[in-house]
Amino acid sequence: MLWKSLSDVAGRGAAIVQCVCFMDVFSNHVLQIQQCIGPSMLPTFNIRGDILVTERLSVKLGKIRVGDVVMARSPSDPRMVVCKRILGLEGDTITVASDKGGSTKVKIPKGHVWLQGDNFHKSRDSREYGPVPSALLQGRVFYRIWPPQGWGFVGRIPSQSV
Amino acid sequence: MGWALLLAKRAAIGAMIGIAVSDELVSLARMQGSSMEPTLVAGKSLMEGDVLLLDKFPGHDFGFSRGDVVVLRSPHEPQYWMVKRLIAVEGDMLRVPGKRELVQVPKGRCWVEGDNANVSLDSRNMGPIPMALLKARVTRVVWPLERFGRVESILPTGRIVAHGERPIR
Repeated sequence: MLWKSLSDVAGRGAAIVQCVCFMDVFSNHVLQIQQCIGPSMLPTFNIRGDILVTERLSVKLGKIRVGDVVMARSPSDPRMVVCKRILGLEGDTITVASDKGGSTKVKIPKGHVWLQGDNFHKSRDSREYGPVPSALLQGRVFYRIWPPQGWGFVGRIPSQSV
Repeated sequence: MGWALLLAKRAAIGAMIGIAVSDELVSLARMQGSSMEPTLVAGKSLMEGDVLLLDKFPGHDFGFSRGDVVVLRSPHEPQYWMVKRLIAVEGDMLRVPGKRELVQVPKGRCWVEGDNANVSLDSRNMGPIPMALLKARVTRVVWPLERFGRVESILPTGRIVAHGERPIR
């Protein structure tokens, strides 16, 4: 009797372990569902948090393009994941407008990208922390599933708010 | 046909558990390059060189300590990995040989150097790097058996002049 209960528990335990492993591998290597909270991607994404689907393959294969919206680890805080748009790739030269008028040119070094939020005035991005190593990119945001009126693909140009 | 399907299913489950363990808990890696000699020794090919045991736990909350030997993604060549020693963390003021001024490590960044100072390309060349690039701590050499043992966390003395919020153990 006891042996049967123990083997039931072991069976369920094994199933749970397999489930957890599957979800871990799937979200790290295939698709992940994440929320993007804050004003930095207005008007494309809302302040209170749109729910997005991120795919991991493009980053792993190095097939990221200018205009893609990505999730990345912040260079200023490793515990934070930020959602920004890629405005430049390695080798590109970005012209940054400075607050006092005038502008500076920044050449993006090898292995780096330029991240910028769609909300020009309220985004902390590469204008503050410089070009970001593409090794910090986690995935490409390609679909929005919340809010309901915002269901659909996330494109390579900033979109109107929903 | 039944047994082939069962074998495939078992193999897929095994691979999945293996990947999850390797991503989140521990994994093995073969050392390449000479930037960490004599602590870690590489061979001339993927069939030679120290086999390292990597601890993935510090990568979850970035609880790496100064002096740890770490595995990190290369900032300039994202398809490659680097093995270096973590010398300083955010807020630390650091003495750098060859430079007169002290370097302060900015928020979110860290300073890494290879033990083999003559050949290593590291923060002395590329500056402080984002700590988010650090993925694992090297805890042991497990092969070859003559070199089996712990990889000690050693902070070179006299480098850190003042430290940030994280106290030096």
